[in-house]
Amino acid sequence: MGEAIVELERVTKIFRRDQVEIPALRDVTLEVEAGDFLALMGPSGSGKTTLLNLIAGFDRPTSGSVRVGGVEVSRMSEGELSAWRNRHIGFVFQTFNLIPVLTAFENVELPLLLTRLSRQERREHVWTALRLVGLADRADHYPRQLSGGEEQRVAIARAIVTDPSLILADEPTGNLDARSAESVLALLRELNEQLRKTILLVTHDARATRYATRVRHLDKGILLPLEAERGVRG
Amino acid sequence: MGYARFIWRNGMRHRRRALLTVGSVALALFAMLTLVGFVQEIDRNLEEASPVRVITRHAVSLTNFLPARHRALIEQVPGVVADSRGEPRASAELVVVINLLRRGEAQGANVTVRGLSPEGVALRSRVRIVEGRMVQSGLREAIVARRLSERFQNLRLGDEVRFGRGVWRIVGLFEAGNTAFDSAIWVDVNQLASDYRRPVYSSILLRATNEAAVRALCERIEQERRFPMIAQPEIEYYREQTRVAGPIRALGMFLALMLGIGAGFAAMNTMDAAVASRTREIAVLRALGFRRRQIGRAFLLESALLGLVGGALGSALALPMHGLTTGAANWETFSELVFAFRVTPELMFTGIVFAMLMGVFGGGALPARRAARQAPALVLREL
Repeated sequence: MGEAIVELERVTKIFRRDQVEIPALRDVTLEVEAGDFLALMGPSGSGKTTLLNLIAGFDRPTSGSVRVGGVEVSRMSEGELSAWRNRHIGFVFQTFNLIPVLTAFENVELPLLLTRLSRQERREHVWTALRLVGLADRADHYPRQLSGGEEQRVAIARAIVTDPSLILADEPTGNLDARSAESVLALLRELNEQLRKTILLVTHDARATRYATRVRHLDKGILLPLEAERGVRG
Repeated sequence: MGYARFIWRNGMRHRRRALLTVGSVALALFAMLTLVGFVQEIDRNLEEASPVRVITRHAVSLTNFLPARHRALIEQVPGVVADSRGEPRASAELVVVINLLRRGEAQGANVTVRGLSPEGVALRSRVRIVEGRMVQSGLREAIVARRLSERFQNLRLGDEVRFGRGVWRIVGLFEAGNTAFDSAIWVDVNQLASDYRRPVYSSILLRATNEAAVRALCERIEQERRFPMIAQPEIEYYREQTRVAGPIRALGMFLALMLGIGAGFAAMNTMDAAVASRTREIAVLRALGFRRRQIGRAFLLESALLGLVGGALGSALALPMHGLTTGAANWETFSELVFAFRVTPELMFTGIVFAMLMGVFGGGALPARRAARQAPALVLREL
């Protein structure tokens, strides 16, 4: 057993709308070890995104504990969470979420503006990340000049440029054609294998099971037992 | 990429909207600078007034006159400084209002003609003859404020103008340091009194030995029982005169304030739309580790940028107004006062800073607060 980087213990999240309680997660206990590539699968409304929100510290659990890298996320202040996310977490979103007025290079550089790195050091980090995702030649292109697959690769470069230990990917293939989706999943696997990045991938794309090292399923807010785990890298 | 560049690109993202905001800020600032320039000009008339000069006039009103026979009585009151020949430094003055035609217009306007003693020019430190010479006593000669000569017909050097009982020759042009005298024609007081058959004076200007002696000098004149007179330090007299500008000033400031508020709302509308259209991006920035205050600050800087560009443009628009002269009625004598708008570098700088603050506090503060309070979790959900 490796070191657990994400530990969820009996996590329950209930949303309240007016007087109605909507349970999104029920008593979820989950561990993600350093170096894991975990695909968290399930239909819409199963609680996948809620789980990511809790791990990223965007939201707090109704009960239970969420620890990332040994730190209790729900106990951190807003300011501490911001700095912690910048240092330790990389995000990849379904809709890429690049800033349209910035070039690919500048989008990747964005999280580095919060660090103490010099301009030269920032440039070096950005070029490294862009080369890793195979888009060094597109550095000065704006998002509108890139294909969906390329946009997502830029977003992955942005996620890894600060060298975080954990990458949270929310449906990263959801807006891509089959070929681009395969290439993004392959890139994530490469990051996992070569750079030892821990990846937590939330998806209902069945192709993910061929790339992840582990697969867990959520259904109606409940994490299905380990027997259901079946994803093994091909 | 620097932070400033990021802000600039964001600010210019919706160019049409940004340009409309910049335009409204620029127009507001243009109007404000013009109005403030005008109001400041009114106040400048007070600046020439000296604390050691005393104006003596009829106790009843400005339209009542001092009989010429009392002149010596007033000039010899103890406390009036004497020149090297032992003569009191005083100027008996008579003001009449004439109607002249403006340049390029068939319509006339009232102009003040001030008759004064030879000492009258020397007593006013800011007045200097810039072309020609001073008038000679006993002749129908006049010197004209340069600003006035630019606005009225037949008032250029060498021109002749008819009023009183004859034709007056313009022998000099003067500048009076942007004071009310920049709106007048000056002639010899005795010639003017003779032309108008008035052996009277509107006022007598005296120079006190020093500032401390002014009050005592005023009291001595007012205690004179043979004739009802008021003696006032010149500065007080002009303060009363410029009081008539109060309504103009109030209206000007009110209009400027309204325009400023309007521009503030335009900026707020733009920034509100910017925050609404960038909800997802704000959430991304929060996810990347940007703090609430950094995001709020980015929006504030963006609105400050709009204010800055609008302010600079408004100042540039107002610049050609510098030195432009216009007339305004002096409501007590119904003569025309000539004002020059003065858009100084200080005024422009203040205006640009004001425009930036208008952008920040008027337009940016609430949207920036809204942006800063936005939850990052939104980014992972459907928007």
